[in-house]
Amino acid sequence: MENILAQAKRVAEEAEVFMVSSEETPVQFEANRLKHIQSKQSTSLTLRIVRQGRIGYAATTELNNTQSLIDNAMATAQFGMRAKFELPAKAAYPQIDIFDPNVESTPIEKMIQLGEELVALITEHTPDIVCETMVTKEIISLRIINSRGGEASYRKSIFSLSMWGSLIRGTDMLFVGEMQSSCHPLTQPKEIAAVVIQHLELAKNQASVPSKQLPVIFTPRGVVSAFIPSLMMAFNGKTVLEGASPIGNRLGEKVFDPKLWLWDDPTIAYRPNSRPCDDEGIPSQRTPLIEQGTVANFLYDLQTAALAGTKSTGNGNRDGGLPAPSPTTLVIAPGKANFDDMVNDIKEGLVIEQLMGAEQGNVLGGDFSGNVLLGYKVENGKIVGRVKDTMVSGNVYQLLKEGIAIGSEAKWVWGFLQTPHIYCPSLSVASKG
Amino acid sequence: MTDIEAVGRQLADAVKRYSADYIEARLEESQRSHITYRGRELESIGQINAIGGNVRALVKGGWGFVSFNNLADLPGKVELAVKQARLVGREESKLAPVEPIVDIVPTKIDKEPTTIPLAEKKRLLDEYNALIWRTPKLQTSVIAYGDSHKKVIFLSSSGSYIQQEWSDITLRLSAVAAEDGDVQQVGLSLGSRGDFNAINGLHQPVEHMAKHAVELLSAPQVKGGEYTIVLDPVLAGVFVHEAFGHLSESDFVYENERLRQIMVLGKRFGDKALNVVDSAATPGLRGSYKYDDEGVPATKTYLIREGELVGRLHSRETAAKMGEKPTGNARAINYRFPPIVRMTNTYIEPGSASFGDIIADIKEGVYAKNWLGGTTAMEMFTFSAGEAYMIRNGKLAEALRPVVLTGNVFTTLNNIDAIGNDLEMNEGGGCGKGMQAPLPVSNGSPHIRIRHCLVGGR
Repeated sequence: MENILAQAKRVAEEAEVFMVSSEETPVQFEANRLKHIQSKQSTSLTLRIVRQGRIGYAATTELNNTQSLIDNAMATAQFGMRAKFELPAKAAYPQIDIFDPNVESTPIEKMIQLGEELVALITEHTPDIVCETMVTKEIISLRIINSRGGEASYRKSIFSLSMWGSLIRGTDMLFVGEMQSSCHPLTQPKEIAAVVIQHLELAKNQASVPSKQLPVIFTPRGVVSAFIPSLMMAFNGKTVLEGASPIGNRLGEKVFDPKLWLWDDPTIAYRPNSRPCDDEGIPSQRTPLIEQGTVANFLYDLQTAALAGTKSTGNGNRDGGLPAPSPTTLVIAPGKANFDDMVNDIKEGLVIEQLMGAEQGNVLGGDFSGNVLLGYKVENGKIVGRVKDTMVSGNVYQLLKEGIAIGSEAKWVWGFLQTPHIYCPSLSVASKG
Repeated sequence: MTDIEAVGRQLADAVKRYSADYIEARLEESQRSHITYRGRELESIGQINAIGGNVRALVKGGWGFVSFNNLADLPGKVELAVKQARLVGREESKLAPVEPIVDIVPTKIDKEPTTIPLAEKKRLLDEYNALIWRTPKLQTSVIAYGDSHKKVIFLSSSGSYIQQEWSDITLRLSAVAAEDGDVQQVGLSLGSRGDFNAINGLHQPVEHMAKHAVELLSAPQVKGGEYTIVLDPVLAGVFVHEAFGHLSESDFVYENERLRQIMVLGKRFGDKALNVVDSAATPGLRGSYKYDDEGVPATKTYLIREGELVGRLHSRETAAKMGEKPTGNARAINYRFPPIVRMTNTYIEPGSASFGDIIADIKEGVYAKNWLGGTTAMEMFTFSAGEAYMIRNGKLAEALRPVVLTGNVFTTLNNIDAIGNDLEMNEGGGCGKGMQAPLPVSNGSPHIRIRHCLVGGR
C-alpha cells in the first residue's frame, strides 16, 4: 500500500489508498436440513487521487497489478469532479470494541449445531414449517493511508444468525423470519425462535379489514419498512445539498412529533456497523438527527461536507465506488407507551410487522405504499388474526408530525437499527377484504 | 492482468486430484467502468478490475463452496471445498445428467463497451444531462451509467471446460422536481447486452422524463382500492417477473412438499390466451447466454401455456430431485456466489388486441407505465409504476402520482382478460435474490389488462 501511495504521489497532488479484506463463512440450511458450507475470501484495493484539482478513482482485486490501478485513476481524473475536500492528517481515533476473537475461533461444527437447534425449536412448535437458516461468521480488516500522513486501520468480527420460515396451507402462504447479528458469537437460538413462534401463533387466524382510515401500530420491523427508506434519503447530506430533501432547509425546525429522537451512532460497542473511523479515516461520532422532533443534523462525507460548507460527520461509506454519505447504526429512542396498552386503545386497526414494496413509490417525497406482508388486525383492543391482500399508504412527514405514540421497548432490526414500536392514529388502508 | 486461461488449466489439474461426487470451478476476470452525474455535475467516474474464482464440491448431497481472489494454492481451495461438502453430506447426491462440453464463446458485439473512450461516453451523458436541465422547476437529477465485460471459465470434474464472454451496459436516469416542500421523481432504466448504440438517441424519452417529474407536482394521488388496470409492456414485464417468474424457480419448490402440491404441472393459472416463457436461448438480450453457470446449455422454457402451468426453471440438482429435465437456469452474479436458479429473459407472448381495443370499454381504470420496482413473497407481490394515468370512458385522462399495485398469484393472473399484440422487451431491470443482485435479466410483454387489481393510495 505504501508503495502505491508513493507512486500515486508522483503523478497526483493528493492520494489515498484503501484496502479491505474479508473472510466469511456462511453455514446454510435449506428446507430444515444442513445444505451448504461456504468460505469466501476477498480483498480489494482502491485508489483515490486528486490530479489537477480533479478526483480520479480506480479499484482492483489484483494486489500486484498496481500500474493499471494508477493508470485507471489517472484516466478517470481527467473528467472527475473538482475536489473540494482535504484528506485527514494523522488523527486520534476513539476506542470502539468491534472485535471478538471468539468469532474467528468458533468451529464450523458449533455453527452447524446452532442452526440445528434453531430449526429444531421451530419445527417442534410447527412441524410442517420449512425453514431456511443461515449461520455466518466474518472477519473484516480495513486499512486507509493517505498523502497527508493520515492512517487508520481496524479489524472487525461479525456473527449473524438468521432464519426464514414458510408455512403453506392450501394456497395460503405465511413467511416469518428473524435475524440477529453482533461482533460477539451468538449462542442463543431461543431468542430468535421465540420471535418466530410468536408470529406463528398470531397468524393462526385470518382477519379481514375494511378499506378506510385506521390507526396503525408499526412494530420495530414495521418502522424500518415504512419510514426508514425516506428518512435515510432525507438526512443524507447529498440529498440536502441538491435541494431534494423535504427537510433540507429546515435545520433547527420542529418537523416531527416532539416525542421523536433519532441519531446515527457508529460508536456502540460490538454492533456490526460500529467502527473507529469511516471509510475516509474520519473519526466516528454519534450524530443526532432528530432531537425532540427538531431536525438536528444531516450526514456528510468529506466532499459533500466541503461543498455544503460544513464538516464531515464521519459517514463516508464506500460501496464499490467513491465514498458517499450513509448512516451506520440508527437509533430511535424509546418512549413511554407500552405495546399492550397501545393495542388495548385500538377499537379497529392494524399492527404492521412488514410491508412489501413500500420503498417503490416516491420515497424522496416521504410517500410509502405497500402490501402488508405480515400484519395483524386489532379489534376491541385485541389482536384477532393476520390480514392479507391489504395495502396501506401514507406519508412519513404527515404521519410523524404529531399525535404519534412511541413504544417503551426498543429492538434491533436487521442488525443496523434499534427502534421501539410507533403508533400512528390514522393511515389509509385499502383491502380486498 | 493475470491470464485466467493459464490459471484455468492449473485448476483443472487440481480438480482431478480430489475425490467427491462432483466438483466444478469458475474463474472470472472483469473490467467495469461507471460514470455518475448528480445534478448538473459529473459526480463520480471510476474503473474497476477484478479477478476471482471459486470451487464447488458435492459429496452425498452436501455442498461445499470456496471463493477467492487470491489465486495462490489452488489445490488447497479444492481440498477445502471437498472437506466442507463432506461435513454436510448425509444423503445421496443427485444431479441431472448433462453431456460434458468443451467450448469457447466470444461476445458477438462489434465494439466492446469497456474499450469505448471515457470521453465518448461522457459526451453522450452530457447531452442527456443538458436536456434534463432545460426543464424548469427541476430540482436535481441522477444519471448512472455502467458497463462491464467479463470472461468466465467453467470447468468440472465430468470434463466440461467452457470459456464465455459477457458484456453488459446499464443506464439509469432520474429527474426530481420540487415545489413548496413537495418532491416528485421520475426515472428511466435501460440496458443492453453490451451494445452501446442501445443507449444512444434517447433524447426524446429523457426530455419526457424530466417534464413528467414537473407535471407530477400538480398531479393527484389515486384513491386506494380495486381498479381495472392496463399495464404497458415495460410494467407488464416486471409484473410477469414478480407475479409468476419467481414462483417458477424450482429451488423454492423442490424441497417443499406443500409448494410442490400447489405448483403441480397442469394447474390452471390463467386464461387460455396466456402464455409465459423464459428463454436464455433467445440471443442478444441481457439475460441471454449459451451455457449457464453449471455448464448446461440454455433453453427456451414455457412456464405457462394456454393458461396452464407446463414448466419451471431448474438447476441440475432441482431437475434431478423433481425428475424433470434441466433447463440451464443456474446463474451466479459473480465468482463470490454459487449458482442458484434464476430467470433470464421472461415474457408474456403477444395476443391480438390493439391498445385501443384494450382500453375502449373501461369506464374508470388506471393505465400504469414504466417501472419503479417490484418484489414478491411468492403468493403476494407488489410492483410499481413510474407513470400512471386515469382511464375514463375508454380514454386516457389525467396523470397520477406513482402508484404501487399488489396482487395475489392465485387470482391476479386469472384476472388478465386482454393481451395486446405489441410485445416489447425491457432491458433496464436487474433481479435480486438471496443477496445476489442486480443480475442482468430482461422482461417483456405486450399491453395487458387486469381486472380487480388492488392499488395503494389515499
